[in-house]
Amino acid sequence: MSSLATVDEHIEAAPAKTIQPAWVRVMHWINALAMVLMILSGWQIYNASPLFGFHFPRDYTLGGWLGGGLLWHFAAMWLLMVNGLAYLITGLATGRFRKKLLPITPAGVLHDVKAALTFKLSHEDLSVYNSVQRVLYAGIIVVGVLIVLTGLGMWKPVQLHWLVSLFGDYPTARYIHFFCMAAICAFLVIHVLLALLVPKSLRAMIIGR
Amino acid sequence: MAKRSFLIPGVDKRLLIKDSIKTMPDVTRRRFITGGASLGALTLLTGCDVIDSSSAEEMLKTVSKFNDAVQDFIFNPAALAPTFAESAITKPFPFNAYYDLDDAPEVDGKDWKLEVRGLVDNKKSWTLEELYKLPQVSQITRHICVEGWSAIGSWTGTPLRDFLKLIGADTRAKYVWFQCADKEGYNSPLDMRTALHPQTQMTFKYANEILPRAYGFPMKIRVPTKLGFKNPKYVVSMEVTNDYKGGYWEDQGYNSFSGS
Repeated sequence: MSSLATVDEHIEAAPAKTIQPAWVRVMHWINALAMVLMILSGWQIYNASPLFGFHFPRDYTLGGWLGGGLLWHFAAMWLLMVNGLAYLITGLATGRFRKKLLPITPAGVLHDVKAALTFKLSHEDLSVYNSVQRVLYAGIIVVGVLIVLTGLGMWKPVQLHWLVSLFGDYPTARYIHFFCMAAICAFLVIHVLLALLVPKSLRAMIIGR
Repeated sequence: MAKRSFLIPGVDKRLLIKDSIKTMPDVTRRRFITGGASLGALTLLTGCDVIDSSSAEEMLKTVSKFNDAVQDFIFNPAALAPTFAESAITKPFPFNAYYDLDDAPEVDGKDWKLEVRGLVDNKKSWTLEELYKLPQVSQITRHICVEGWSAIGSWTGTPLRDFLKLIGADTRAKYVWFQCADKEGYNSPLDMRTALHPQTQMTFKYANEILPRAYGFPMKIRVPTKLGFKNPKYVVSMEVTNDYKGGYWEDQGYNSFSGS
């Protein structure tokens, strides 16, 4: 009897708590694909008329030429926007953003940055984000919204001229769009590096636990 | 549409050749294409050149057609492109084409005539002298290139919608199709709603001077609600038509509506 009870307890304890719910995982990987497509095709478009004195290497661009890059960019944008919008709505409606990303305090961030740089930041409990993670995840959502809004403005500078005016003018929107891309790339480097350093976080984003 | 020769700056030769191969009918290929659109995206992550996969290309074409429909839907015929003060004009306004300025068409204004074809009551050709007598308006608007750069310029000419009315064009037709004097024969279709937009203009002057060769003498179609490549220069004919006749860049893959 007692041994049976122990087994029961084991069975009940076995499914560890879900760290990343299914909707987060699905949307995360769709977003990852959309982002990669948008960045590589965006580099192709950038190369047609560079804002700065450099080109992106041809091997890291998508589409073969400007026309191909544009086709990819304006196809993947639907994936990015629809998925992103669904993510924002679900994140707000379920309270996940509030629970996971807030509060963000300067003291907390300072403390955790220091801990991170001295490799003392704990990743014991993956279900709670530390302040560095909160800042990065909240920040990248803001950047994501910005890059979509500037992108829409550049796509439709007459129909959505109010949106372009919000950022100044068309050329300014183009620069903001570029710098948002740069921020996303920087985030991506840190994000992937940390996922590799803490593999169980990657596992949680794939199987949930 | 026959494909043109290959040495276009920024255009991939292989793609052009591939394009021309695609114009050959091949039913089996088409059927095969619809199968694996999503496969293209996966190949990307493995680092392969996805554009080589015909299924991905077909998927992209479909989305581009969908984007044409979306843009047509959100196009507001009453929304005006922002206008600017003279001080905002970009100097010098860039020359841009798929050839050097030296190779730009040299049109003799005395011989030139604008040919009018298609669904119009009066198909008479127009001399430059006759066109110059039509009422003209000016606009200072931003020209946005498909490449991403933009420049503000000053254009003067006759609103296209006034001219279409004058020649008795059937404005229920779908397109106004322009042909140009550029080498290799530039052409471009303009959807009728955009053709009737108040700022769409048959342009005869740049910065209050007769349109210079660089900007499309003797006539350019200025469309501030479209990307630059849909603003044809050196225009020799216009045709009001319900048929989609394609365009120089449109046939190579630029989105056909390309509205701003």
